[in-house]
Amino acid sequence: MAGGTERALRSRIKSMQATKKITRAMELIAGSRIVKAQQRVQAAVPYSEQITEVVRDLAAAGASSDLPLLVGRDEVRTTCYVVISADRGLCGGYNAGVQRAAEGEIKADVAAGRGYTVVPVGRKAEGYFRFRQYKLGTAFGGFSDAPSYADAKQIGEYVVDLYASGEVDRVELVYTRFISAGSQEVVLRPLVPLSADTVAGGDGKAGSTDGSGGDYEFEPDPTTILETLLPRYVEARIFAALLNAAASEHAFRQRAMKSATDNAEDLISNLSIVMNRARQDAITTEIMEIVGGAEALGSGKNPSVRYVDLLGESLVTSPETGDN
Amino acid sequence: MSASFSVEVVSPESVLYSGEATMVITRTLGGGEIAFQAGHAPFLGALDASHTRVFLADGAVEDIAVHGGFVEVSNDKVSLLSDTAEVASAIDVERARAAKERAEERLRHEHDAEATAALGRANARLSAAGHS
Repeated sequence: MAGGTERALRSRIKSMQATKKITRAMELIAGSRIVKAQQRVQAAVPYSEQITEVVRDLAAAGASSDLPLLVGRDEVRTTCYVVISADRGLCGGYNAGVQRAAEGEIKADVAAGRGYTVVPVGRKAEGYFRFRQYKLGTAFGGFSDAPSYADAKQIGEYVVDLYASGEVDRVELVYTRFISAGSQEVVLRPLVPLSADTVAGGDGKAGSTDGSGGDYEFEPDPTTILETLLPRYVEARIFAALLNAAASEHAFRQRAMKSATDNAEDLISNLSIVMNRARQDAITTEIMEIVGGAEALGSGKNPSVRYVDLLGESLVTSPETGDN
Repeated sequence: MSASFSVEVVSPESVLYSGEATMVITRTLGGGEIAFQAGHAPFLGALDASHTRVFLADGAVEDIAVHGGFVEVSNDKVSLLSDTAEVASAIDVERARAAKERAEERLRHEHDAEATAALGRANARLSAAGHS
């Protein structure tokens, strides 16, 4: 019986070691990807800054501001939530965080008698909301590791259409903002209509300092430019969110895999102790059995050698007496 | 030699080009080609697919294929914002040529805005890469 426990423990330790190797590899991979993802977040900053600036300048220069994407609707009846999650699990509370945040908002909407649509980005969010039978729009996925601008564009076109067709009156982004490798937070950001303060007034550069504010030349006219610019602006915002989410995903995964590796190490060392003890027990029991057996054989025949058994000389003599 | 000003070509994924230049030629939507030099009046325009040329201060020319986007000129700074833009060295000439043939083939049968746009992009790429 004792040998059986030892064997079972040995195989558990082996499988634990295999698991540890996998989690360690995933930890290292995620760690190296964080850096890359972070660089992509940085690389996207100039574009979104510039495009924000252009939108402001246009608004300051008096482009028509009654475009549907700029003007909110008086009555918000339906909100669209773009929930950005991962495609895969094994990343700690990353997916659960965004899903919970989105679910809370949806429940509040439902309680207030408003409608909602969920646009899941990433397979995990899609599975989660589909399983719970939430009202879904088109689902996007397959790029959570390394999103490209084309992915953001697809999502942007879809939500802008959704808004323009009047199906939804507001679009909110739910994603995990990447602050540093050590800290990320789930945030809810309004996407459409574009918030008033983004667009309100110039940024001073084109403003009154040198009186050149209204002197912009436009080609074609400002309203047309703004019309083509705003969808791009939405896409840039989504792209930035996707990149943030990707970096956060890698950070979460690295942390989750690090603690998994640590736990595996703990378990392995605990199990090794238990296993060694079990082996020791087994050996002790075996010795006891042998001794007991030898005693049983030797007893009665030659009681005189019984107590000197362990002395070298009597060991030679005892088999002879046994053979007699 | 005219005075130089700073130029930035930015796509969502990266900053493609950033530096000093004496002149930038690009094409706006419906307005044709336009050149900017130092001291240009503040300008905002939507861009067409074009072969954009940046004339550097040392006389060299940077060729960039820009596929749509926006240009903003203010305070002696030219910013080109584009969904997709490629510097000449990064252009796959074979692919652009194939794309051009495909677009022309489609245009022979029907007039299609998408094919026209594809042809414009292919031409911009080929021109920027020096294979017009």
